[in-house]
Amino acid sequence: MLKGWAVAIGSAALGLSILAAGDAQAKVEGDTVYLGAAVSLTGKYTTAGEHTQRGYDLAVKTINDAGGITVGGNTYRLEVIYYDDESTPARGAQLAERLINQDGVDFMLGPYSSGLTKAIAPVTEQYGVPMVEANGASLQLFNKGYRYLFAVLSTTEQYLASAVALAAEIAEREGRDPATLKLAGAFENDPFSQDIRAGVIADAEKFGIQVVIDDQLPPELNDMAATLAKTKAVKPDILVVSGHSKGAALAVRQVEEMRVDVPMLAITHCDSADVIGKFGAASEYTLCASQWAPTLSYQDDVFGSAADYAATFEAEYGYAPPYQAAESSAAVIVFADAFERAGGFGKDAVRDALAATEMQTFYGNIRFDETGKNIAKPMVLYQIQDGAYVVVAPTKWAASEVRHPTPPWSER
Amino acid sequence: MAANVALLGDAPFLILQLLLDGLMIGAIFAVAAYGMALVWGVMNVINVVQGELVMLGGFIAYQLTLWGLSPLWGVPVAAIVLYFVGAGLHHVVIRRVADRDMFISLLATFGLSILLQQLMNQIWGGDVKTAQSGLGTWFLLDYTVTVSQMKVAAFGGAIAIGAVLIIFLKRSRLGQAIRATAQNPRAARILGIDTNRVFAATYGINAALCGAAGALVVMAYSVHPYIGLPYTVRSFMIVIVAGLGNLPGVIVAGLGLGAAENFAGFILGVQYQVAFVFCLLVVILVIRSTLLQRRRQFLK
Repeated sequence: MLKGWAVAIGSAALGLSILAAGDAQAKVEGDTVYLGAAVSLTGKYTTAGEHTQRGYDLAVKTINDAGGITVGGNTYRLEVIYYDDESTPARGAQLAERLINQDGVDFMLGPYSSGLTKAIAPVTEQYGVPMVEANGASLQLFNKGYRYLFAVLSTTEQYLASAVALAAEIAEREGRDPATLKLAGAFENDPFSQDIRAGVIADAEKFGIQVVIDDQLPPELNDMAATLAKTKAVKPDILVVSGHSKGAALAVRQVEEMRVDVPMLAITHCDSADVIGKFGAASEYTLCASQWAPTLSYQDDVFGSAADYAATFEAEYGYAPPYQAAESSAAVIVFADAFERAGGFGKDAVRDALAATEMQTFYGNIRFDETGKNIAKPMVLYQIQDGAYVVVAPTKWAASEVRHPTPPWSER
Repeated sequence: MAANVALLGDAPFLILQLLLDGLMIGAIFAVAAYGMALVWGVMNVINVVQGELVMLGGFIAYQLTLWGLSPLWGVPVAAIVLYFVGAGLHHVVIRRVADRDMFISLLATFGLSILLQQLMNQIWGGDVKTAQSGLGTWFLLDYTVTVSQMKVAAFGGAIAIGAVLIIFLKRSRLGQAIRATAQNPRAARILGIDTNRVFAATYGINAALCGAAGALVVMAYSVHPYIGLPYTVRSFMIVIVAGLGNLPGVIVAGLGLGAAENFAGFILGVQYQVAFVFCLLVVILVIRSTLLQRRRQFLK
């Protein structure tokens, strides 16, 4: 009996959902185009999720204030429908279904983090809904053959590879064979940092650099003393640490505390860990990987230059834009451009227009390869010099010369 | 692995460095573990929210730095604030589950831990926070061994807190009432002890200990709303190893665990550091259950 009821309720629910799906139509009402996004407004990605949302909002507002987008002779405004994914992948996937089936959204903006993007991409793929994402950097997103997924940011394996390349470049300039360099690495044991590790190890192999320490920090570890003691003993030329903002804070603090002398320290998440604010002079010389910097010389018609974007963002929200916000804004610009080129709102027309994107935004050049990742924008490497972040690599966009080697602690 | 052992042989100062760093983080684990031993022994509650209370203490010390105060004040301030937070939690939740099945208190404190995580996330945001104590570093053996003064202070603080707690339990009226309640709540009640108040005080003291530990953590390491769990797990382990009634044992077990963990991280690689801790737990449990089967444990 109970089973019978369950079946009845189940089929009724199924019927309703089919009805709802049948009801859904391209979500372009009047002069408004709706984009959907699940972002993390609660849970562990709250801070980054908020940056993501603000990035989207700022781009939408700026585009609308400038008259919106022109498609087929008509002008349209953009609007984003948001849901809170609670920083959990399962919820993200559910919300993507909801956005597509119930809200009738035909175009999606990405969530925050690779994990959530991995959960949502199969859903958007299944419904053939184009998604432009700005905060899922894992390389694994782009080897699944997704056709509707596009990412404006550089993939994870490039994050710190640039630091390895820089070290090799410096060694060559100093007349030293890069193969004599020694590299020590400590990478958190999570997908993001392990992707970074793969990139670093591959680049080290490319230059013949010897990897002398390859530690994988457990995510719950709050102390790097064991790795750093080893670093002191083997004296590498480069120390690479990746472990989100916790890893950044631990590395900078404990390298100073334990007086670990290493000519080059390269980390990620300097800005979100606020290492300058927290550790002051101890953070000097540290190299930090970043997707974007306000001092870069890119520009576009929506925001102007990278510096203009930073000023607009700061005027709106009262703090300097982290790169998570900048790349989110870039995703909206890419969508707007694709709509205009597609000349309509057919999902596949927009998808093809996205695939053919070739443009410069304030965030960087955008061109997608056949897997959907942006191959036109390099990562940048900051160095902390005199209490400020200064771009030192890639040399083409660099504002300043890298300070190398880091002097030993006895002289600092 | 063999290379790492050889490295220790080549550079013996590393042994000292690892030992010192291990002892110092172990001392902080020990403080949180005192609290867990108390609550477990007296109220028969395994307090899963332990790590979150530690983090909350750290955030309070961090908050003081935002107001321009030294985070060192965080140690007493967080302890006092957390005492009342603990007493409040006891009044609202813990007292309803204290006498029940242990499974219920596990679930209740697990729920509290999620609640606290989200609250801390809402208040202080999801980024790691650290506070600078302004203390420097000592150098031993010609700069090869470094000792952060903050960690030494944390170590000394942890030992002092343990000593005060032991004396408090032995000498004060409340301490005696706590011990009596731990031995037999029913008998204690018959003899006129207000066990509900004793429970509230015990839980408050536990929270205060966690708060003090958290203030030390934010100065020596870092805090984040979601990294409380390791402190819960380490506390649990230490209490298991030391036994419920054995506060000096808690100190020794805490220090030993910290040092063992650090050496394991060095020799096996940090990826096995936490795995090593759990393997050690299993080994110790097996040894305990075979050797000490018949000895009953109670809070002395």
